[in-house]
Amino acid sequence: MEGAGIHVKDLNAWFGPKQALFNIAMEIPAKKATAIIGPSGCGKSTFVRCLNRMHETLPDTRVEGKVSIGELDVYGKGVSPVWIRRRVGMVFQRPNPFPTMSIYDNVAAGLKLNGFRNRRELDVVVERSLRHAALWDEVKDDLKKKSGASLSGGQQQRLCVARGIAVKPEVLLLDEPASALDPISTAKIEDLIFELKKEQYTIVIVTHNMQQAARVAEFTGFFLLGKMIEFDKTEKVFTNPSDKRTEDYVTGRFG
Amino acid sequence: MLNPRQNIALHRRLQNGLALGLITLAMLVVTVPLFLILGTVISRGIHGLNWSFLTQIPKPIGEVGGGMANAIVGSMTLLAVASLIGVPLGVGAGVFLAEYGRNKWGNIVRFTADVLNGVPSIVIGLTAYALVVVVQKHFSMLAGSVALGIMMIPTICRTTEEVLLLVPQSIREAALGLGIPKWRTILSVVLRTASSGIVTSIMLAFARIAGETAPLMFTAFGNQYWSKSVNQPTAALPLQIFTYAVMPYDEAHQQAWTGALVLIALIMFTVIFFRFIASRGAIKGAS
Repeated sequence: MEGAGIHVKDLNAWFGPKQALFNIAMEIPAKKATAIIGPSGCGKSTFVRCLNRMHETLPDTRVEGKVSIGELDVYGKGVSPVWIRRRVGMVFQRPNPFPTMSIYDNVAAGLKLNGFRNRRELDVVVERSLRHAALWDEVKDDLKKKSGASLSGGQQQRLCVARGIAVKPEVLLLDEPASALDPISTAKIEDLIFELKKEQYTIVIVTHNMQQAARVAEFTGFFLLGKMIEFDKTEKVFTNPSDKRTEDYVTGRFG
Repeated sequence: MLNPRQNIALHRRLQNGLALGLITLAMLVVTVPLFLILGTVISRGIHGLNWSFLTQIPKPIGEVGGGMANAIVGSMTLLAVASLIGVPLGVGAGVFLAEYGRNKWGNIVRFTADVLNGVPSIVIGLTAYALVVVVQKHFSMLAGSVALGIMMIPTICRTTEEVLLLVPQSIREAALGLGIPKWRTILSVVLRTASSGIVTSIMLAFARIAGETAPLMFTAFGNQYWSKSVNQPTAALPLQIFTYAVMPYDEAHQQAWTGALVLIALIMFTVIFFRFIASRGAIKGAS
């Protein structure tokens, strides 16, 4: 597994008649963390959901434009969204473990439900994923006894990260992964992002928390009303932005 | 002088007491008939309950003794075959409605199911008569099962839809986001999450058809003897109860009460058994 870069060009997305994204163009670098910031409703979640074709699973939605992950044309003819999503993992805002599955089965779900049945290898994958997600020590005694839903919110979110990385994606999309969590759990998720970067994942993290973006991401994109206003090195965006609107947002004048 | 705060508290306590009293009353109104029915059936039926009732077939009229073994086995087989027809079709249609039914086709299926739910059971019996009995040229257990199976479909279909819609969208997204195909997501994640609700819906439909008499009258027809295959007419508990209940003999009435008791017990044990099976698979903390 090697993280791949993401190339986005002329990306437009709609909910019914309402356009949510306007001509987004972006080069997300490989094996780095990129933060997407912006006020609520600016299209940041819609943007990352376009990268793994989750946007189209909602009724009455439409996407136009070009997205490539490495060499792979995400919206190319004959490209299956299922195949894309195996290469681009996703962690959602609210922890969403499978409630009727054990902790073990939650982590193994991506492999098991795609027909992978080698028990011994599954054991290895589950342990490795839980270790990477910094959850192994807390759950190792209850792997098959307890449901994923019996964990605390922060543990559930780390379980979702473990589930996401168990299928070894090249890219990991994190859609406000810590916004429903307390500060300690948030810190754990951020530590986790540093670890995952070391593991050569390409990470895209949506956040409305600017400190978080500044802490974890090398690059930051600022979205406003469905348009990408600025995309640059995180340090540049926060200390010396080239657009007035970015400056207003990062200095807290609105949003 | 009274503290105004205490006044408010008293007022609230009265309101609370009144509301609690009303819902307790409602609870009693709902549960009392159930216990009256159970109590009557048990007290009247228990005398006739013995080994020969469960193991022998009915004696000719006028002779004492005999049992309903053929009707018990007949009912169980009828219900099993009816479930084989009704459960897959009902659950399948429910999955269609919940996962693919936000359109014109879904509305058609939904409307059809609701109308079918309101069709009198005797009309469904007539339909099975026309579709199976007339074609086979004789009454049969199969025809009875078809009638009962059709009756199961709308209940299971609509409740399955409701239960599946209760499964949070975020769970579906989690599975799709892992690169699991939609059909696999529905089978292994959505249905699994909703399984206890689906079992409940099947049990509701099962309990409803288990006591149906009208749709069996000209399909399964009834049989004084053992039925040897699904192509023969068969005895069934509701039919046998009806036959005995309208006879002018005390002996027959006793058999009818005992039959009713056995029928209720059969339904209850089946429901409890499948609830137990369904809950065994669940793990700690599952919601």
